[in-house]
Amino acid sequence: MAILVLAAIFFLGPLISAIRFSLEQTNGKDGLGNYTQLLHNAALGGSLVTSLEIAALTTAIMLALMLPTVVWVRLRLPRLALLVESISVLPIVIPPIVMAAGLATLQSHASAGLSNLIFSSPLTALTPVYVILAMPFAYRSLDVGVRAIDLRTLVDAARSLGAGWTTVLGRVILPNVRTAVLTAASLTVALVLAEVVIAETLLYTTYPVELVDTGQAQLGVAVALSVLSLAITWMLLLAISFIGNRGASRARIGRLL
Amino acid sequence: MGSVAVLEQSLPEDPAARRRRGIPRGAWVGIVPFTLYVLVFLGGPLYEVIYGAFTTTGGSLTWHNFSQTFSQPEYRSAFEESLKISVVTSLLGGFFGVWLACAVVTAGPRSPLRRIVGSGAGVLAYFAGVPLAFAFIATLGRYGEATTLLGHVGIDLGASGFDISSLTGVELAYVYFQVPLMVLLITPALEGLRPEWREAATGLGASTFGYIRHVAAPVLAPAILGGLLLLFGNAFAAYATSYALVGIYVNLVPGWIQQLISGNVLVDENGIGLALGVEMIVVIAVVMVAYGLLQRRATRWLR
Repeated sequence: MAILVLAAIFFLGPLISAIRFSLEQTNGKDGLGNYTQLLHNAALGGSLVTSLEIAALTTAIMLALMLPTVVWVRLRLPRLALLVESISVLPIVIPPIVMAAGLATLQSHASAGLSNLIFSSPLTALTPVYVILAMPFAYRSLDVGVRAIDLRTLVDAARSLGAGWTTVLGRVILPNVRTAVLTAASLTVALVLAEVVIAETLLYTTYPVELVDTGQAQLGVAVALSVLSLAITWMLLLAISFIGNRGASRARIGRLL
Repeated sequence: MGSVAVLEQSLPEDPAARRRRGIPRGAWVGIVPFTLYVLVFLGGPLYEVIYGAFTTTGGSLTWHNFSQTFSQPEYRSAFEESLKISVVTSLLGGFFGVWLACAVVTAGPRSPLRRIVGSGAGVLAYFAGVPLAFAFIATLGRYGEATTLLGHVGIDLGASGFDISSLTGVELAYVYFQVPLMVLLITPALEGLRPEWREAATGLGASTFGYIRHVAAPVLAPAILGGLLLLFGNAFAAYATSYALVGIYVNLVPGWIQQLISGNVLVDENGIGLALGVEMIVVIAVVMVAYGLLQRRATRWLR
């Protein structure tokens, strides 16, 4: 039982400290001053908007690319399932800093046209690579979802009623793998809002990059925002497990019927 | 995030995949967009890293960049520190993670402790990077809560030479996500230890130590070793936490790569940074292959 006490101190200590620290204002009184800075600090607010835009676009591209692929592989190319899954896990082998180094080199060699097209804004420069970083867990969670449903029957039924592939994907499969899609989307958003190494190396001011800069001058604000982003990540993960449990119980009921 | 935690649950193989033989003609067209995307956006940067590492700025083939990373003391020292921090934090994370998981598993499957630690580990394993760094600064930084608290009881952290913005601080912060990751990785294996095995061993006259030595340890060994490998790779690739805690001049391989790439060093030494990058990939690839091989053995007894 000693380990439980030890673990409680080590894991709760920094969390409690961060919350207390974030409530200490520069005027000496306790309050939410550090938290309201997000609304007053234009640089932080602007970087948060940038990051949210990247998150939305990354999630959209990730789903548009991965869901059809996962469905197609399970339906038509089951023999290649292991191969495609291995490809999707590849990004794990490449540390973010090495990815950043490759992109920075690409950036410095790029022609003016390519530079204007891709590297002129964080949205176009970071989104494609964030989709790659999201691939390993996005592929897995979508694959788990697609395998849990009777894909072939659903697709055959929809096709025999005259549905095209877009309808099959959007109106038959998508509603059935909602949980998996939400899981993949939440993890992708969490990843984009936390990624600092690539953005910093390529000199784009996204939210986490701005957060580190803020910490140099206003530590209290940076700690407050860290608490906030932890709380948001926590809620996202909690929501996933909640939706996941509900989905699982519904699946069980479905089998009973 | 950006952690290898993704591999924590591996997918069982689909038996249908083995039964069906042959690929329907034209079906491969369906995976062309995915494959092309990976080739361009993963292959592109990867090609730049490998090409740049093996060529001079003029474009001719060279081994110079790699030999520099081996001969220059600063790169050797960064590699040693990176390996050291990965070994130390994965051993610490592994030790406390297994201990914690054992305490939780023996508490029984229905206990609230199991639920709390399980969901806590699930969240904390992903709690890395900038927020984690700031939480530690708020705790053990110069004006941190724990520093102040210790000051009241007469312990001066600053005077003792402790600095959260140092490699020791980075180690401490890494352990914070390594322990929960190990709990996640090892709990299924611990749950797979059947009570019947213990009863059978005791029935044949084995002591507790004998049971652990001859039954539990051999069954768990591949899972524990695999977990340690994942933890090692996790720490070796990590950079966000140490960047937020110490900054770009941290004496770890990722820090040097960023310095060399960003041109913060006198001469144009891009190639050396890229060579360090290739070396990082090789280390992690070896670790991952070893993990994959161990994973096969680990699941043998745990069906």
